[in-house]
Amino acid sequence: MFGIELKNVGKRFGANEVLRDIDLSIPKGSFTAIVGKSGCGKSTLLRVIAGLEEVTSGSLAYTGAEAKKSNIRIMFQDDRLLPWKNILKNIAIGGVNKVDAEIALEKVGLRDKKGDWPDELSGGQKQRVALARALASSPDVLLFDEPLGALDALTRMDMQHLMEGLWQEQHFTSILVTHDVSEAVYLADRVIVLDEGGVKLDQEIDLGRPRERDDKFTSYEKKILDQIVGG
Amino acid sequence: MQSICLHIFVDLIETECGDEIQKLIKKFIHTKGAERVKKDKWYNNQLFPWLLPIVVVLLWQVLGDRGLIKSTMLPTPLEVVEAGKNLFQTGELQKHVYISTERAIIGFFIGGTIGFLLGLFNGTVLFLEKLIDTSIQMIRTIPHLALIPLVILWFGIGESAKIFLVAVGVMFPIYINTFNGIKNVDYKLIEMGKVYGMSKWQLFTNIILPGAMPNILVGIRYALGVTWISLIVAETIGADAGIGYLATTAREFMQMDIVVLTIVLYAILGKLSDFIAKVCEQRLLKWNPAYRKN
Ligand SMILES: Nc1ncnc2c1ncn2[C@@H]1O[C@H](COP(=O)(O)OP(=O)(O)OP(=O)(O)O)[C@@H](O)[C@H]1O
Ligand SMILES: [Mg+2]
Repeated sequence: MFGIELKNVGKRFGANEVLRDIDLSIPKGSFTAIVGKSGCGKSTLLRVIAGLEEVTSGSLAYTGAEAKKSNIRIMFQDDRLLPWKNILKNIAIGGVNKVDAEIALEKVGLRDKKGDWPDELSGGQKQRVALARALASSPDVLLFDEPLGALDALTRMDMQHLMEGLWQEQHFTSILVTHDVSEAVYLADRVIVLDEGGVKLDQEIDLGRPRERDDKFTSYEKKILDQIVGG
Repeated sequence: MQSICLHIFVDLIETECGDEIQKLIKKFIHTKGAERVKKDKWYNNQLFPWLLPIVVVLLWQVLGDRGLIKSTMLPTPLEVVEAGKNLFQTGELQKHVYISTERAIIGFFIGGTIGFLLGLFNGTVLFLEKLIDTSIQMIRTIPHLALIPLVILWFGIGESAKIFLVAVGVMFPIYINTFNGIKNVDYKLIEMGKVYGMSKWQLFTNIILPGAMPNILVGIRYALGVTWISLIVAETIGADAGIGYLATTAREFMQMDIVVLTIVLYAILGKLSDFIAKVCEQRLLKWNPAYRKN
């Protein structure tokens, strides 16, 4: 496991300044959520952290003994499964062997689907496969870019339980981008509100697990939502 | 129609594919069972589509027998079959078919390989694309059969002339389709592969090549058509063996039955190569639901 340090990070695409002055220290093993309006730079921030985009100013560092970029995995909003590989082979990519792939598939409860083609699965099942693929290589850091955005409410809740359970078991450093504030409060220890490329709110979530949607939960939700919507 | 397709497909699957696929297909057919029964109209019989060609051939035979079609204009089907039998017995038929097929295969292989490699490198290396692609696109607009006079001057009428012509004809469709196929591979999948620790080679074999495969196969099927057309023309213009040679000499001696026979031979060979390409398509693209259901 390792953490992530962002110092004064800025990112621009041509004249478009997408991220500005981001100072963030993400400890190893923590669960952070990033919320914000569409287009505020959430995905870009995640891609910067994953090393898919270069920063234009400031610096990005991975903190920890054996920190390296190749131990970061992203789970994307779309499943990005390879249509020409069956489920098991989709997980056993990039040096993951079949045994580990099968274990990961077991964890997301889809072992009996291992020989199917991706297009034979439902949207929720595909995202579970994508999660299994992300887990199979035992990543140190797992970045989620709205992985549940396209799922229905019930499936989302299932997936949230699953993600929480797996994180508690393996304690990879997690960063979750979501537009669902309730999801952010449910899963994360810390919620960051991004607005026009800058950090607007950095909120610790001090609730026990498993989380109940009680008064305290709702007050966190309200506070964060106000920051996103309001001025 | 659907039931015929399914029948043929099941047979094909049973002989061609592994266990997993068989199970899968059976599952699919099972779920569609109810629909199938409902659609089992009398014209869904497997043989029905063959009715029209059979009637036409019979009519042709009868009209020929009655002398309504002159044998010197168009020999009857039986006469054509007879001509084929005679040529087969002397061994001529096999010899010419063999030579033509050999030319087709060698030409296709050379042209296909060059086209594929060019498509591959131009599709993956931007520098090469900028350097080469425009030139190829320019040359490609020349109909390759227009090269015949030049080819004869260069190579005479020997084997190399024919193989060259086939290779040139085959190269471009394979190139264009391979190139486009690679260019159009979903960039998101490649990005995923990079994040998931794939090496360049793994990216190529796991994502780029299979992603481009549907296009490449379209190119191959098109190129197979081009192969036979190039060969027919090249062999008719100058050859000392091959189906085209058979046709030309038969024409000189007014052997109409052999002339018609050669046309039938080309048709059979063309159909056969298309069938092989189709089987390849079904095997290589079995992940694609469109190919699984047909
Ligand atoms: N590769 C790129 N080239 C140019 N501009 C880009 C690129 N990627 C993102 N942008 C711009 O950066 C801004 C932020 O995009 P980003 O995808 O990070 O938003 P987001 O917060 O993830 O939005 P959403 O919630 O809709 O996914 C947008 O204005 C977008 O146009
Ligand atoms: Mg986004």
